[in-house]
Amino acid sequence: MDHVLSIRNLTIDFDTPRGRVHALRDVSLEVPHRKIVGIVGESGCGKSTLISAALGLLASNGTVRGGEVLFEGKDILKMSQTDLRSIRGERISMVFQDPMTSLNPVLSVAQLMTDIQYRHLKRKPDEKRARAIEMLRQVGIPDPEQRIDHYPFQFSGGMRQRIAIAMALITNPSLLIADEPTTALDVTLEAQIIHLLRELHGSKFQSSIAFVSHNLGLIAEMCDEVVVMYAGEVIEQGSVRDLFHRPSHPYTQALLTCDPARIKKATRELPTIPGDVPNLIDLPQGCVFRPRCPKAFEPCGKTPPRPAAVAAGHEARCFLLAP
Amino acid sequence: MNELLEIDDLVVRFRVVGMTKALLKGIRDPFIDAVLNVSFDVKEGETFGLVGESGSGKTTLGRAIIGLAPTKSGSIKFKGVELTTLGDGAFKQYRRNIAMMFQDPVASLSPRLTVRSLLAEPFKIHNMRDRDLDAEARRLLEMVGLNDSFFGRYPHELSGGQARRVGVARALSLEPKLIIADEPTAGLDVSVQGEVLNLLARLQSKLGLSYLIITHNLPVIRHVSDRIAIMYLGRFVEYGRTEEIFRHAAHPYTRALISAVPQPDPDLRREIVKLVGEIPSLANRPSGCEFHTRCPFARTECRESIPAQREIAPGHGHRCHFPLPEPEADAA
Repeated sequence: MDHVLSIRNLTIDFDTPRGRVHALRDVSLEVPHRKIVGIVGESGCGKSTLISAALGLLASNGTVRGGEVLFEGKDILKMSQTDLRSIRGERISMVFQDPMTSLNPVLSVAQLMTDIQYRHLKRKPDEKRARAIEMLRQVGIPDPEQRIDHYPFQFSGGMRQRIAIAMALITNPSLLIADEPTTALDVTLEAQIIHLLRELHGSKFQSSIAFVSHNLGLIAEMCDEVVVMYAGEVIEQGSVRDLFHRPSHPYTQALLTCDPARIKKATRELPTIPGDVPNLIDLPQGCVFRPRCPKAFEPCGKTPPRPAAVAAGHEARCFLLAP
Repeated sequence: MNELLEIDDLVVRFRVVGMTKALLKGIRDPFIDAVLNVSFDVKEGETFGLVGESGSGKTTLGRAIIGLAPTKSGSIKFKGVELTTLGDGAFKQYRRNIAMMFQDPVASLSPRLTVRSLLAEPFKIHNMRDRDLDAEARRLLEMVGLNDSFFGRYPHELSGGQARRVGVARALSLEPKLIIADEPTAGLDVSVQGEVLNLLARLQSKLGLSYLIITHNLPVIRHVSDRIAIMYLGRFVEYGRTEEIFRHAAHPYTRALISAVPQPDPDLRREIVKLVGEIPSLANRPSGCEFHTRCPFARTECRESIPAQREIAPGHGHRCHFPLPEPEADAA
């Protein structure tokens, strides 16, 4: 099977005044062609570091200790800045969390959307504008011929996120990274944006999507495959049905239990995961989830577990599966 | 149960265009009504939920109750005493009984104060310096599941969940009867969200508190509230007992909100989006039923006349010309 993005054994450390933060450890995941892969996890689990690495945008105090990030077969971590620039925005594009701040406020939408086509030297300005208008129409901006000359502040939040999606897809990238694209929006708008993304994905756009979220409902709704991260490790991955119907890692199970939307009967005593996320400078010995795990047993404290197969295409890092 | 807070026909009005500009440009209506004709009550020991999208007026309503937003007309009674006409000095006495937890857990704490000073501050404001402030601060931290090792920390050294707990401790300091919690779990991870909500529930049963919870998170409010009201453009469009609203939402907006919550089950993928467009501007209220611009069931009458508030069951009311029928029994 061909993968658009394939991350193998990626390990990243950050040097900070307090010590070395082991932000990602031995992370492997694949984004197959034309699929939507969800990356889910709580704050501080390494989702953002993973995205930055995939875009070659690691902060200057970050060091790659090992592993590779293959985009269409080429290692992003080894690319020159020139090569990276030819990929970013063209082959890999991104939709950010907050549509209020991700669009440049001093440029009109027309300028924003023609500028992003700067690599297409043969395209005439009129043609770039026509493409931008067509793209705005596809994302559901009413009256795009007029609206294209407006500035971002003249659009509402939901419309701005639609524009951000239009900008990301105008180059027809092979990978779209959506980082919590609906967190800043209300539920009714969130539903509209999610619906739009799925509709565009199902139509002529060839992009694969890496969808980062902490909202399990959105992951279930959007994704084909899911990667669950905890404290810098991928602790479980598999198809969306496997993950939601047969969660195999105790953390995934706990996370699903905690979601109030999954609790059918109203209750005042909501389930929680006791304890805190481990300190990434000084990691616990053995499995990272052991201090909070209700099912921890003897081997968990000795060595970190290796990913174990649960079923075809479904694996979890837990000693319960492969002692 | 006794009514602790009674709100009757409350209007909160803001001036949005300056007087000179309004005069020069001939703007006849320089005001917006952020809260319009809202009436409800909160009983002792009860949790009341205010639900709505951004701009629906839910936060403004909460702020109006503690005197942070100007009331144009209507009444706010706390234990039978009218608050809107009280002078500053007398109001301060009542203000102790109503505490507010603001939206962003970290940003709502002063970045230059330590946790100890943050907890001592309410006592200083209310001239209660004679108390042992260290002991009070320690007692409050223990109530929210923290300890005095947090005394010297600044807000940026706290996690979101810890900052929220400090916010709860501050709200509890003057032994209020009512706590207004604005988005108490926004920005928290699901596992932490549960801890904060359980803490609020435990404190409620221990101290007999009432809560007014302002949120857009329907899955959360379903578990924690006794009654809820759904706001749209400053008005209550529907209100009632929580389980009743979730069983039979009569207003199309309520039903759309409930159905817009993504289901954490891949086999329940929704294919349809019912609501089109976005919430209109308060400066430009639609005619008739204000929801008609987005309502999938709108008819001519909806564009023309404003629906009156009607009760379909005791305590369950709505503002809709054509309320949705009760779902089939098995749907519950």
